[in-house]
Amino acid sequence: MLSEMLPAWRVKRIIRNLLLYAFAYGLTVIFALPFLWAVSSSLKPVNELFLWPPQLIPKTWRFENYIEIWHVAPLARFFVNTVFVTVFSVMGRILSAALVAYGFARFRFPFRNVLFLLLLSTLMLPYQVTIIPTFLLFKAFGWLDTYNPLIIPNWFGGGAFAIFLFRQFFLTIPKDLDEAAKIDGANTLWIFIRIILPLSKPVVITMIVIGFLESWNDFFGPLIYLNTPEKYTLSLGLANFQRVVSAGGQATEHLLMAASMVMTLPSVLVFILLQRYYIQGVVISSGSK
Amino acid sequence: MFAPIKRRLGLSTPLTLGQREAVQGFIYISPWIIGFLVFTVGPMIASAYLSLTDYNIVTPPRFAGLNNYEYMFQDRLFWKSIENTLYYTVIFVPIAIAGSLALAMLLNQQIAGRVALRTLYFLPSITPVVAAAFLWLWIFQPQIGLMNAIISALGLGDGPLWLAHPGSSKPALIIISLWGALGGNTMLIFLAALQGIPKELYESADIDGAGGVGKFRYITVPSISPVILFNTVLGVIAALQMFTLAYVASSGRQQQFSPGGPLNSTLFYVLHLYNSAFDFWEIGYASALAWVFFIIVLAITGFQLWTSRLWVYYEGEE
Repeated sequence: MLSEMLPAWRVKRIIRNLLLYAFAYGLTVIFALPFLWAVSSSLKPVNELFLWPPQLIPKTWRFENYIEIWHVAPLARFFVNTVFVTVFSVMGRILSAALVAYGFARFRFPFRNVLFLLLLSTLMLPYQVTIIPTFLLFKAFGWLDTYNPLIIPNWFGGGAFAIFLFRQFFLTIPKDLDEAAKIDGANTLWIFIRIILPLSKPVVITMIVIGFLESWNDFFGPLIYLNTPEKYTLSLGLANFQRVVSAGGQATEHLLMAASMVMTLPSVLVFILLQRYYIQGVVISSGSK
Repeated sequence: MFAPIKRRLGLSTPLTLGQREAVQGFIYISPWIIGFLVFTVGPMIASAYLSLTDYNIVTPPRFAGLNNYEYMFQDRLFWKSIENTLYYTVIFVPIAIAGSLALAMLLNQQIAGRVALRTLYFLPSITPVVAAAFLWLWIFQPQIGLMNAIISALGLGDGPLWLAHPGSSKPALIIISLWGALGGNTMLIFLAALQGIPKELYESADIDGAGGVGKFRYITVPSISPVILFNTVLGVIAALQMFTLAYVASSGRQQQFSPGGPLNSTLFYVLHLYNSAFDFWEIGYASALAWVFFIIVLAITGFQLWTSRLWVYYEGEE
């Protein structure tokens, strides 16, 4: 009947679109289900955790779980620690990467291209190759069980990726602006602070998002450098959550899910609010734009 | 500004404009140069030296020649970790690349709500790995977990024990990784590349009567082949470095297993390295493992770049 009313190519297009939409929106279930299940579990009382078959909608909503997690583990402490490490790491990465990128983008000096290639090649270097001597170095500094190993290296260039991103951006800023300021007698640092940086807001925001996600989610660094539980970051605290909480052998999955959601929420918020900048950064890194 | 330095260096002539520029350039990049020397070059040399020693942190390093490298060949766990890592990489990376490309092509269609879909697909990849590991440990719980509930609801009987059994632990980790990877950076990069393909190419193919498969094979793939290479190279490097997910998934349950279990079925290369260095404090042996890892990564990356000449098409080349 449909084919009598519509030409064949339109029927074909309608079917194609139906399939497309069903597929695209159906996939969201797969991506979202683990979150939904975690949120659902985090709102259940203990006895409902073990119902079979599992229920997605809790029979009794237990919002108190989200209050309890702050009492059964020093979650607030972990939160503050993580914010501290993240803020100072991101700050160091952005400031030092921008300075270094300014050097590469605006000055001619011997071996500049060789050094830049060397810089880019460190992108491919697995961190495992350097981690053991770096650990011994920080141990010699007396930095074990402090935040220094997590923060200070970020103040020395902030990584090849950040420098690359800033340099690519600086190259798009017209040199006439520098030249004009130079004629007015400005020195290069003044030009960097007053002209280049203010024009670089988008790339700074990009690096805030990327740097935030990396520091916030980092596990390996805190794992090898931090020992005292009060100093743990969220990722390390969460990994040890069950050890901290499960005294008496009672199930703690509802609390664990609540804590996992609390740790995830800032990442999700930062990404959703600033995704435009994040995506730009990722795309520039691949060289496809 | 440079007068004192010049006097000390005994330079009588003032710096030329070009020399001044060079000095300033070096000053600006100096944070990176210092960082590169202290955190990259120095540690690489130190780790090469340590790999030739016997060192347990308590007593000073003792030179041991190539002992550590010879020991590696007899180390059962070394071979097990290689096997696990290759298993994971060989299965995970192709699915991740093909799946991300498929998702990117889906989002490249005219669909209402594309931005919202992209955000939703993306969220798993920014979920902290530790949190993701716990989410999925709970889903993979063998007796009351959601996954086995779905499996039995579909009439497929009892599901596997997932992370509690060596036969299903790696597939479980691959599923978790795919959830985190399919909609992530790789997809974003593919999407940008797809949007960069000139529309005229597809239009002229339509005139020639090419079908969907033909267009994919002869227009899409060649146009984005450099990006496929980029994503594959980075994907392989990241997969070979698998650590956090396996560590948390295998040790996070009740902390009664050593990381890498059950029965070393999730003991990946970096996990073995970590255990050797930071659990058993075999610093010399762990350094040797690190260098062998570096060489493996270099070799695999080099191989991919070398064979890429056969299938990667760069614009402006014939």
